[in-house]
Amino acid sequence: MNNMPAIIVLAPLLGAFFSGLAAWIQKPLSYYIALAATAVSSVAAVGVFKQVLTAGTWQYRMAGWAPPMGIELRIDLLNAMVLVLVSGIAFVNLVASVKNVDQEIPDRAPSFYVMYQLFVVGLLGVTATGDLFNLYVLIEITSLTSYTMIALGDKDRSPLAALNYIFIGVIGASFYLLGVGYLYITTGSLNMADVAILLKDIQGSTAVLTAFILCILGVWIKMALFPLHVWLPNAYAYAPVGFARVVAPLMTKVMVYVMVRLMVTVFGLEYIFNTLNLADIVVWLGVIAILAGAFMALLQTDLKKMLTYIIVCEIGYMVGGAWLGNSLGMAGAILHILNDALMTFALFLAVGNIIYMRQQVAFSNLQGLFGAMPWTMAGFVLAGLSIIGVPPTCGFFSKWYLVLGAFEAGAYHFAAALIISSLVCAVLFFKVFEICFFEPMAESHGHHGTAAMAEAPVSMLAALGLVSAAIIGAGVYAGTIVNTVILPFLH
Amino acid sequence: MNELLALIVAKYNFWLYIILMMIGLYAMIAKNNLMKKLVGMNIFQTAIILFYVSIGYKHGATLPIIQGGHGTHDAVIHAADYINPLPHVLMLTAIVVSVATFGVAMALCVKIYQRYQTLEEDELRIRLSEK
Repeated sequence: MNNMPAIIVLAPLLGAFFSGLAAWIQKPLSYYIALAATAVSSVAAVGVFKQVLTAGTWQYRMAGWAPPMGIELRIDLLNAMVLVLVSGIAFVNLVASVKNVDQEIPDRAPSFYVMYQLFVVGLLGVTATGDLFNLYVLIEITSLTSYTMIALGDKDRSPLAALNYIFIGVIGASFYLLGVGYLYITTGSLNMADVAILLKDIQGSTAVLTAFILCILGVWIKMALFPLHVWLPNAYAYAPVGFARVVAPLMTKVMVYVMVRLMVTVFGLEYIFNTLNLADIVVWLGVIAILAGAFMALLQTDLKKMLTYIIVCEIGYMVGGAWLGNSLGMAGAILHILNDALMTFALFLAVGNIIYMRQQVAFSNLQGLFGAMPWTMAGFVLAGLSIIGVPPTCGFFSKWYLVLGAFEAGAYHFAAALIISSLVCAVLFFKVFEICFFEPMAESHGHHGTAAMAEAPVSMLAALGLVSAAIIGAGVYAGTIVNTVILPFLH
Repeated sequence: MNELLALIVAKYNFWLYIILMMIGLYAMIAKNNLMKKLVGMNIFQTAIILFYVSIGYKHGATLPIIQGGHGTHDAVIHAADYINPLPHVLMLTAIVVSVATFGVAMALCVKIYQRYQTLEEDELRIRLSEK
C-alpha cells in the first residue's frame, strides 16, 4: 500500500506495454488491458487523495533514494485532486470511446490504446512529479503521444494540424527546458522543494528572472494562452473524437496546474507579486484571451471548432485568476481547473455521441437532435449551462470566486471580461440549442415532424450521465472543495 | 566598447547558443518548405543542448571519474577537480526526446507528401482550401 503514488503512474505505463503485446494475440484484448490499467490508476489516485487529506503531503521517494539526489513524487492536496481528475476522466473516456474508435480507426485500434495510455502516463507524471527536469520529460511524453494521435484523425487536415502543433509545442517545451537550465545554474538543484528554499536568498538575480520568464512562457505556449493559441483549434478539432475528448479537457488544464505549481511552490507568490511587477500585464493578457476566445467562438460554424475556441477563452479565466494576486482569485483558478475539465469533458462526450450517430457536427447538420438524441442533448444542455455559469452547476462557483478575487484586487476589467464572456457563451449555446430544437429536418433526411429516436449506445450515455452528475456534484460541494482542499493548500 | 567586448568574450557560450537558437527560430518561421522548418526545429533544440553542456564545464577540471578511487575509498574528493556530469546526463534524455520529436515530425511529412505531393506550405494551403 505504501507504493500507491508510483502505482498511479506505473499502471498505465505497464498497461501500454502489455496492450501492445496483447494485440498480437487478439485485438480486443488491448482495450481490456487499457481499461484495467486506467481503473487501477484511478483507484490508486483516490486512495492517495484520501491519505493526503488526512495525513498531509506525501513525499514518495522513487526506489528509496532521498532527494535532492533521487527523484521524488511529492503529492499534496492540489495535485492529489488533479490526479483523481485526470485518471478518472481517462477511465470514463475509455469506457465511452471504444465504439467511436471502432467506427473511426478500426484497423489502428490497438495502437490507439497504447498511445492513449502513454498519454495518460505523461499527464499523471506531470501532475505527480516533484522534479523540474522530470516535468520536462513527461510533458514531452504527453506531447509526443498527442501529436501521433491527432495525426490519426481527419485524413485531409490532421497531419498538417499535428505538424504545426509539433513546431509550436517544441518551442514551448524548449523554452521551459531553458528556464530549468537557468534555475540549475543559480541553485544547483532540480528538486522543486529544494529549489524553492534556495531561491529565497537570491530573489534579485537576473538569472532567476530569466528562468521565471522562460518557464512561464513555455508553459503558456503549451496551454495555448491567447496570442500563443494558434495551434489548438485545428489540432483538437481534427483529432479522432476518442482522443479529442481526453486531450481537450486534460492537456490545457494540466498545463495550468503546472503554471500554478511553478508559481506557488517553486518561485513563491511573494517573489512573483512583490519582487516582479508583471501581474497587471498578465491579468490584461487574461482579459484579452477571454474576449478573443469568446468572439472567435462566435464566428465558427462547426460545433467542435466552437468548443475549441471556448477552451481558449477558459484558459484566459484561469491565467487571469491565478495572477490576480489574492487567494480568492487563485482559489477560483484552481477550482476552475476541476470544473472546466468536467464541463469540457461533458461537452466533448456529447459531441462524440452526435458524431457517432451523424458523422458530422457542422451547425447545418444538427437539426432535430433534441428529438433524436434526448439523453445526449440533456447532458449537452447541462454542460452548456455550466459553461455559461448558471447557479446549481459547477461553472457558476468558480466564476463567482474569480469575480470576487477580481473585485478584491481592483481588477474591474477582469470582472467585466468574465461577465461579457458569459453572455457570449449564452449566445453561442442558445444558438446551438435553437438549431437542434426548432429548425426542421432538411428535406434530404427524409424525415418530417418528429424524428425517430436514434440514441447513442448505453456505455456512452452512462459516461455522459456520470459526468453530468459530477458537474452538479462539484457545484453543490464547491464550498467544501474550496475549504478542505484549495484554501489549506494555499496557506 | 572594450567592456562590452570583454563581456561578450567572457560568456561566449551564451551568445553562441542564443545565435543558434535564433537561426533555428528564423528557419521555423520564415522557410516555406516543411522539411527546412524541421531542420530549423532541430537547430533550435540543439542550441539548448549546447547551452546545457557548456554550463557543466569548469576550467582546469577533468572527467568526472574519481582518480585513484580504486581501492582507496578514503581519498579526498575535490568537486572543483571534476566537471559537473549532471547537465550532460540530463542532455542524454533531452537528445532522445528531440530525436523522437524529429522522427514523428518526419513521419508526418511523409504522410503529407503522400496525400498532397508537395511539402511547400503555400501550395499546401491552396490544396487545402480547394477541399
